[in-house]
Amino acid sequence: MAEPWEDDELEGPVRKFMYVNRRAPYGTIYALESLEVVLIAAAFEQDVTLVFMDDGVYQIKKEQNTEAIGVKNFSPTYRALEGYDVEKLYVEKESLESRGLTTDDLVVPVQVVNRDQLAELMEEQEVILSF
Amino acid sequence: MKLSVLVNEGPYQHQSADSALMFTKAAVEKGHEIFRVFFYHDGVNVGTRLAIPPQDDRNITEQWTALAKEHDLDLVICIAAAQRRGILDENEAKRQGKDGDNIAEGFRISGLGQLIEAGIQSDRLVIFGD
Repeated sequence: MAEPWEDDELEGPVRKFMYVNRRAPYGTIYALESLEVVLIAAAFEQDVTLVFMDDGVYQIKKEQNTEAIGVKNFSPTYRALEGYDVEKLYVEKESLESRGLTTDDLVVPVQVVNRDQLAELMEEQEVILSF
Repeated sequence: MKLSVLVNEGPYQHQSADSALMFTKAAVEKGHEIFRVFFYHDGVNVGTRLAIPPQDDRNITEQWTALAKEHDLDLVICIAAAQRRGILDENEAKRQGKDGDNIAEGFRISGLGQLIEAGIQSDRLVIFGD
C-alpha cells in the first residue's frame, strides 16, 4: 500500500527550494514533519537545499538515543537523503560552534557556511520553507 | 499575482490561522489569485467542524469555509499531519476504521505533494507560523 501522503509526480518548472531547520529534533514535531516534507518533495525533482541552524543542528547530531522519552529516533533517516538526490546540506558555522559541535559530530556530510554566506544562499532561492 | 498560503499553527492557540485568513481575504479582494491554502503541523486543526469556540469569539473554521465558498478557494489539509491529529474526512474514517469524521465544509485532505505543487506553481508561497 502506498503511503497516504504520496502523490503522483507533477509537471512544472524546476524551482530552487530551501528547507531551513531551526529547531531541536525532539520537544516539538517541527523537525520530523519538516523531514517528511523534504522526503515527499524529493519525488518532484526540484533543486533542493537543506539548512540546519540554531538548535536545528541537533537534528543531525550523531548518537541520538530517544529511548527514555519514548519517541522514535528519526536521525538515521537523514542518511537516506542522499538516495533521494538531496545532497546540498548546509550547516551554519555560528550555530555549530556555539553548541560546541564539529562536523565530526554529525550523521551526514555537510557544508559549513557562515551567517553571511547563508544569507547569500537564501537570496538565491525561490521558495523557502522554515521549520 | 498568483499566491499560495501555508498555515503551520493551530487555531486559537496561535495567531497564524487568523493572520493567514486575513491575508488571504485581503489578497483576493485586491484581485490576486489564490492557487491554494495548505494546512500543515497543528494548522490542520483549522479544518475540524467539531470545534466550539465561545459564542462571543470568532469562529476561524467557519470564516475559512465562508471565504472558500465565496471565492472558490482550494483549502487542503495535509493527510499525514491530519492523521496524527485526528482530522478525518468520510473516506479516511472509513479506510482507517474510525467511527466518525470531522472535516469542515470547504476543506479537503490530500498529500504533501500539494504543498510542493503550490510552491512550484505560485509566484509566492506565503507562510504563517511560529
